[in-house]
Amino acid sequence: MSAQHDYAEDLRDKKVDYEAVEQSSQFKRFLDNKKKFIVPFTVFFLIFYFTLPVLTSYTTFLNTPVFGDISWVWIFAFAQFVMVWVLCTIYVRKAASFDKKAQKIINEQINKGGRT
Amino acid sequence: MDATVIVLFLAIVLLTLAITYYAAKNTKSTGDFYTAGGGLTGWQNGLAIAGDYLSAASFLGIAGAIALNGFDGFFYSIGFLIAYLVVLFLVAEPLRNLGKYTLADMINSRFDAKKVRGAAALSTITIVLFYMIAQLVGAGALIQLLFGIDYWIAVLIVGVMMTIYVLFGGMIATSWVQITKAVLLMAGMIVISFLVLWHFNFNVSAMFTEVKTATSHGADYLKPGIQYDNGIGTISLMLALVLGTSGLPHILMRFFTVKDAKTARSSVVVATWTIGIFYVLTLFLGFGAAVFVGESGILAANPGGNMAAPLLAQAIGGNILFAFISAVAFATILAVVAGLVLSGASAFAHDIYGQIIKKGKTTDREAMLAARYAALGVSVLSIVLALGAQTLNVAFLVSLAFCIAASANLPVILYTVYWKRFNTTGAVTAILFGLISALVLVSMSPSVFSPVEGAALFVGNPIFPIENPAIVSVPLGFLGGYLGTIFSKEQDLKRYAEVKVKAHTGYRETS
Repeated sequence: MSAQHDYAEDLRDKKVDYEAVEQSSQFKRFLDNKKKFIVPFTVFFLIFYFTLPVLTSYTTFLNTPVFGDISWVWIFAFAQFVMVWVLCTIYVRKAASFDKKAQKIINEQINKGGRT
Repeated sequence: MDATVIVLFLAIVLLTLAITYYAAKNTKSTGDFYTAGGGLTGWQNGLAIAGDYLSAASFLGIAGAIALNGFDGFFYSIGFLIAYLVVLFLVAEPLRNLGKYTLADMINSRFDAKKVRGAAALSTITIVLFYMIAQLVGAGALIQLLFGIDYWIAVLIVGVMMTIYVLFGGMIATSWVQITKAVLLMAGMIVISFLVLWHFNFNVSAMFTEVKTATSHGADYLKPGIQYDNGIGTISLMLALVLGTSGLPHILMRFFTVKDAKTARSSVVVATWTIGIFYVLTLFLGFGAAVFVGESGILAANPGGNMAAPLLAQAIGGNILFAFISAVAFATILAVVAGLVLSGASAFAHDIYGQIIKKGKTTDREAMLAARYAALGVSVLSIVLALGAQTLNVAFLVSLAFCIAASANLPVILYTVYWKRFNTTGAVTAILFGLISALVLVSMSPSVFSPVEGAALFVGNPIFPIENPAIVSVPLGFLGGYLGTIFSKEQDLKRYAEVKVKAHTGYRETS
């Protein structure tokens, strides 16, 4: 069973040349793609999130009503929920393509000891 | 006590004990004990995460905060939810790829140093104890209110139950108690929300119009600023909420119960949807309580607003719904404290005893025995502390736990995975800077010192002006890691190459 696996043991096991894998253009491209996806989205959701307390603390225009007694602050608050679900879905789709690339690196490099 | 309440209360006790019985039969190794053998599916773990995360503070506290303070109560719902994007985008997968049982395992996959493991275990234990005292004190007060039994008996009941789950059933029992609780809690939330909406003919806009006149705040009820009128204070709180979740030991531990990063990811997705729907519904509970129970009724039952949800259940669903919601609140408390005991026990038994004292050379039998002793120790210690803390105002402990998690744990997790230059000294200083600054700043803050007697732990003037110091302590955690790293020479690029490849590809060597 995989949970019984001793990872500390693995780390002492230096059969795979990880530096070679890390330096390979395949791995670099993979990580670059990952970064280009994760960094902008993370920056976006953090800004979107902190905009709410900043606006509620230092401005009052979010108190303008939109539908009946529902004001912008509530719309913005619900937009946060929608954002979470949308980003969640986008992430999962994108991650599936990363899984394939990661598996390719494992098959083509790591399983051959990193010496391709 | 109402007969329905007793029946449902006993039903929860028996159901969870039955779960523990079956779990105990399947808990054969330390892997089973700490991580349910890594065998949970994405759905199961997702629900268990939701069950672990949605504490009585979320369920009863936020409903009460919205009922009493309108929009400001909703801030918590938003912060607690967005936190899962941080977990999903930055933490869950590398954590699963590198770790085994604990946060310290994950950091040590790069450093293999006792002092790093010790520091990580120390912050885990600190967070667990604070969070646990807050949960147990809250639980005691709540069960006292719901079932009319003495505080100390209430704490003992919860304490004994959590000890039984963890001691005998380990992570398998804990997970299934959490899954059961998540399902019951969501069912209760949906029923109450449905009844509230039904009263407004499913017209959300009409509900907003009605609450405008339902409380003493008038139209201000729908505007931010009733509770949080200090900009920096509000932003600091929001920072602790959004970054703290991804450093909470009992949440991190849940990612080791699945077989790979892909399953970890799908469990975050299930958790995010469940938790998201839950937090949307807190609004209907809060507004419903404001309208159908009323401000004075909520305050009369409990000044903190914790009884808003059960009272609302009684007002719109009668005694049966009240009994059901009370039983759900009880199950909620049990599930959260069980998760906490387990993560505390793993830090003591696996990190400190198994890896530091015994240098990883224990047989599985010894490790399992240590885990059980540690679980018993953590339980007894927190029960004793909770009994002693009855009359203290410990509400700040939950936000303190989030603050330590955000300041001490998150920086070191991010640096370990993403920063090439990071080293052993940096890992220790990141944890200690974050931990100590959070502790020191909170102890000088208005959460601990208030000029008004009973409003905080001590009477006096706070030296640090804001309640939640995350805005200062989180940067200090990152700064500590940075300074510790650049002022020490040691560096292991070979090891980092390995960690980087493993964290991102999910590759693990099979022996």
